[in-house]
Amino acid sequence: MPSSPAATLTVPGLEQVYDALASAIDQAGPDKTELFLVKLALLNADALADPKRFDTHIQAALRDL
Amino acid sequence: MHQPHAEPRRSIYYRYQVFDAWLPPPSAPLQQAGVVIAGAGPIGLVTALALAQQGVPSVVLEAERQVSEGSRAIVFTRRSMEILQQVGVAERVERNGLAWRFGNSVYRGQRVFRMEAPHSDDDRFFPMTNLQQQYLEEYLVDACRAEPLIELRWGNQVTGLTQDGQGVRIEIDTPAGPYTLAADWLVAADGARSPIRTQLGLKLEGASYEGRFVIADIRVDLPLPTERLAFFDPPWNPGNTILMHREPHGIWRLDYQLPPGETPEQALHPDSLRARIDAQLAMIGHPGIAWELDWSSVYSARALTLPDYVHGRVLFTGDAAHLLPIFGVRGANTGFQDAQALAWRLALVARGVAPAHLLASYTQERVGAAREIIDEAGKSTRFMAPPTRGFRLLRDAVLSLSLTQPFVGPLYHWRTSRPHEYTHSPLNSAGDDNALFTAGPAHGAPPCNVRLGPDQFLLDHLGHGFTLLCATAAAALPEALQAEVAAARERGLPLRVIAVGAPQPVTGADLSLADADGHLRARHGLRAGGAYLLRPDQHVCARWMTLDAHRLRAALQQAVGQAATPTTPNPGA
Repeated sequence: MPSSPAATLTVPGLEQVYDALASAIDQAGPDKTELFLVKLALLNADALADPKRFDTHIQAALRDL
Repeated sequence: MHQPHAEPRRSIYYRYQVFDAWLPPPSAPLQQAGVVIAGAGPIGLVTALALAQQGVPSVVLEAERQVSEGSRAIVFTRRSMEILQQVGVAERVERNGLAWRFGNSVYRGQRVFRMEAPHSDDDRFFPMTNLQQQYLEEYLVDACRAEPLIELRWGNQVTGLTQDGQGVRIEIDTPAGPYTLAADWLVAADGARSPIRTQLGLKLEGASYEGRFVIADIRVDLPLPTERLAFFDPPWNPGNTILMHREPHGIWRLDYQLPPGETPEQALHPDSLRARIDAQLAMIGHPGIAWELDWSSVYSARALTLPDYVHGRVLFTGDAAHLLPIFGVRGANTGFQDAQALAWRLALVARGVAPAHLLASYTQERVGAAREIIDEAGKSTRFMAPPTRGFRLLRDAVLSLSLTQPFVGPLYHWRTSRPHEYTHSPLNSAGDDNALFTAGPAHGAPPCNVRLGPDQFLLDHLGHGFTLLCATAAAALPEALQAEVAAARERGLPLRVIAVGAPQPVTGADLSLADADGHLRARHGLRAGGAYLLRPDQHVCARWMTLDAHRLRAALQQAVGQAATPTTPNPGA
């Protein structure tokens, strides 16, 4: 993953995101999981405000599927 | 023998006039013509009118004997209106059309995006004007019939052609049998299915999309303003998009996507149309309202262009040259710009004033415009009619987000047709001061209109040839400049000089505008001594902080494809 000067998650922070995302996927249900995840990705992309960095995330997530 | 329909087409609001077919004289097997235009649709007729304004006669061949069936192109942009003003029909279009500038995108009953097209006090025309194509064609036909340089031949179908370096032999069928027309030039304005394109075996390049759409025109009394309505993923047509446009005479255009796998015949079946139109009208709050169908059709979204619009002596324009998705009203509105770009060049070439290779710049500019439109239209089409599962997921995510997240709103705004800027045109002056300007239209840009009075605008005063717009406070233009203008006219170039900024008439100018408040000059970034040169299609090809006769001559030569070798100075060249 290309390095970035931006702050990374702390371990407790990562654990919090992990649980929250898992619970939200369950809440969305199997029919709406994809839709939910795409919405989330777009919201994160808007907060990121950096299409190039977003693309590096896409490439990283496409690896090892 | 070609037998076009002799009965007027059916319509609940438009009275079709059937014109007499033009029949060849029995004893004249071969006829001669300068410019022949195949197709009397809006693009062919605008081309004919624009050629006539340059003093070039044309013969227009139309297979049918009446104007087009159904409303077809109904939205005309401001730039189209400016072009139609040049050919003399904008006033009728404006008087009978519906002007508008707002669009609304609706999802789950909520307006999630409102498009507001800019409109300034300096614009004569609204961003959009809605009028059924039959009316526009009628106005253009009337204008052509009043023009002695245009011969309109109804009921004449092109059946074949051959060409050599000198001209085109066109085989034509009529209700009285075939004849042959030998022409110097043939303009193919014969529409999306262009038989001439097929004859020449030319292939369009680009993408075709899966989606098919129904167009239905109905008469219905809806208490709604003239604004574009777009409904996404409505309950009665899940996942698809419905567009609504108001037309004159109480007509509404509905435009909706077919479910996958449905054939056009199924979609246009009266029961299917009735159920879907009823469902749409119920959804917008008018269940059971009475309506009557005028016309319906099915189209598919395509984004294709010929890679070259000039094939020897055959010149392609409008839908014959490219097929563009209708999202963003790009069909006719692109075609008018083609016609305008082609006509002045063809006129100068036909009159022997410019070399034939001037036409290469027509291809360069207009294929470039088509490719840009295809790129932009592709984005719109991928949103309106997602081609894959991924695009559908993203579209659905955006719809869902748009209810609470305004940042996705602009994705609803498919880019509307706008005039192309010929920034890199070979006709732009190489030695002017374009880069020094801080305001005004740049190289290749369309003109910038300016209000001069309550019902008077700058574009009203541009002629049909080149326009030299000179800022000056003096009583006369410099003598060397006047001599250069006279020399250009001597060479056959139509050139109109407008002086701006002097309180009195300026010697050497055809028209003097006082511009007392300086607004025109400010909009153009002009100071005394500066100037703009506009081509006959009104696009900028040169501008100077200080104009002199030599640079005017160079710019005019560049603009008609007669540029001296750029590195020059070679007095013998």
